[in-house]
Amino acid sequence: MTNLEKYKKAFVDALGIAEDKVNEELTYQSIVNWDSVGHMGLVAELEEVFDIMMETDDIIDFSSYEKGKEILKKYGVEI
Amino acid sequence: MREYFFNCLDKYKDRTAVIDEKAGSLTYGDVEAFAKRVGSRLEKRSLAFCYCENVAGSLCSYIACLYNAVVVLLLSQTIDAELNRELLERYKPSYLFVPEQKKEEFKDYKIVYEEYEYVLLERNVKSNIKLNPELALLLTTSGSTGSPKLVKQSYINIQSNAEAIASYLELDEKERPITTLPMNYTYGLSIINSHMQVGAAVCMTTKGILQKEFWEFFKQQQVTSFGGVPYTYEILKKLRFFRMELPSLRTFTQAGGKLPPELHKEFALYAKEKDKHFVVMYGQTEATARMAYLPYDKSLEKYGSMGIAIPGGRFELIDVQGNVIEKPDEVGELVYYGDNVTLGYAEKPEDLLIGDERKGRLVTGDMAKRDKDGYYYIVGRKKRFLKIFGNRVNLDECERMLKTEFSQAECACGGVDDKLCIYHTKGIDGKEMERFLSEKTGLHPSAFTSMLVEFIPKNEAGKVLYKELPGIEMMLS
Repeated sequence: MTNLEKYKKAFVDALGIAEDKVNEELTYQSIVNWDSVGHMGLVAELEEVFDIMMETDDIIDFSSYEKGKEILKKYGVEI
Repeated sequence: MREYFFNCLDKYKDRTAVIDEKAGSLTYGDVEAFAKRVGSRLEKRSLAFCYCENVAGSLCSYIACLYNAVVVLLLSQTIDAELNRELLERYKPSYLFVPEQKKEEFKDYKIVYEEYEYVLLERNVKSNIKLNPELALLLTTSGSTGSPKLVKQSYINIQSNAEAIASYLELDEKERPITTLPMNYTYGLSIINSHMQVGAAVCMTTKGILQKEFWEFFKQQQVTSFGGVPYTYEILKKLRFFRMELPSLRTFTQAGGKLPPELHKEFALYAKEKDKHFVVMYGQTEATARMAYLPYDKSLEKYGSMGIAIPGGRFELIDVQGNVIEKPDEVGELVYYGDNVTLGYAEKPEDLLIGDERKGRLVTGDMAKRDKDGYYYIVGRKKRFLKIFGNRVNLDECERMLKTEFSQAECACGGVDDKLCIYHTKGIDGKEMERFLSEKTGLHPSAFTSMLVEFIPKNEAGKVLYKELPGIEMMLS
């Protein structure tokens, strides 16, 4: 699996949404499943999939699907 | 004569009452002026719905209702459409306070006033609803699983609880709490009431603790306190809250369900080291908000405890025969007495005319014990419900809804706080049932799980034997 596929799959699994909903428009709280509970699940999933440990500032800055890609770059994960 | 905070706004007229990201800051004088302007368009002792959001306009609308003797039901502005329709149909409120962007959504209503990004709508047909003179406010019970049962709060309930909270938290006008909970949720509202009681400034934000803007606003406004449900504290721990630099923070409180004792201890330790106050509390919408608190200086020594009764209140523990338990460490049902015990429930308009049914005594449905020093510990619940992310979810009601929707097999609901388990026999898709409950309760799907069982254990009378269902711990591992 490519990093992009893994990244997308993390959203699907953690938020319990269909794959076609995981796109550039997806932002925090834009769908009911991406609330605080979904967010913590997503962070945990990404940390596990990419074997990283996110900083607080990055967890609270992770406000959209696109923003997340930028943040993961900091941890050496190119998407 | 009792003084009501919402009638004494003049007392703090030059002090800031509310700060939000958009409207800026409003003084107590501004809030009162708004209440007067709106008041000229409101008929006293009528019914209003307010669709709440953590913004200044929402707070002003709520205060305007109390100020002008209009009974108000507080709802979330993201309320489920079907539930909203049902409530509107049932109670036919004379007025609605709605956020600007929603003003076109109500067809039987016309716009009569707009300010602070909130709009007052008036019903085209006059209502003849009769309201009990004591009645001030209506709230939904925290987890609404379909049935819109409303808690009726009186003016005295609100005022006495605001005073008690302000007293035990030692609040004064220098406080600057930030909103972390919806204002239509009893805990969120009690923070607003108790701080307005002392002339403090409520910092309102629609952002949550998982958003950068929240923490920016927090630092910019020099916030002194916040509240959280158990799940808030789980998140804060994961956010490495213990390492955050928050010099202005003085107090943080917890309610909305029992915090796991270990987590309680961790936050108590942190507070002690950083010279802050951590106050674990206990309450219910039926008691306006608060019934007990654990004084901050006992927070470490008595971790796991919900504390002692608030000023002006008292507890009793009763055994199955209804006798008062005097000995320490014996479990009984917790009964509370105080001025904040609400009038009763409303399920239909006629109920709004009925006066006080509880007479200051609330049987909580929680099982508790008291240690030799007089501190109370919740050990379980008499009724079958769970607390999920601070919301009360009735298991029997969930079961009823599932049975109506999925009749092809048998099911039963159980679980632990923050994790409801649907046990079902062959023939139903467990995932679909999870989705259904998540939608109906408006709670995140991760709070639900399902388990296929061979049969639902029952006794001879056909009653489900919940204790014989497989433990949820098995599934979580």
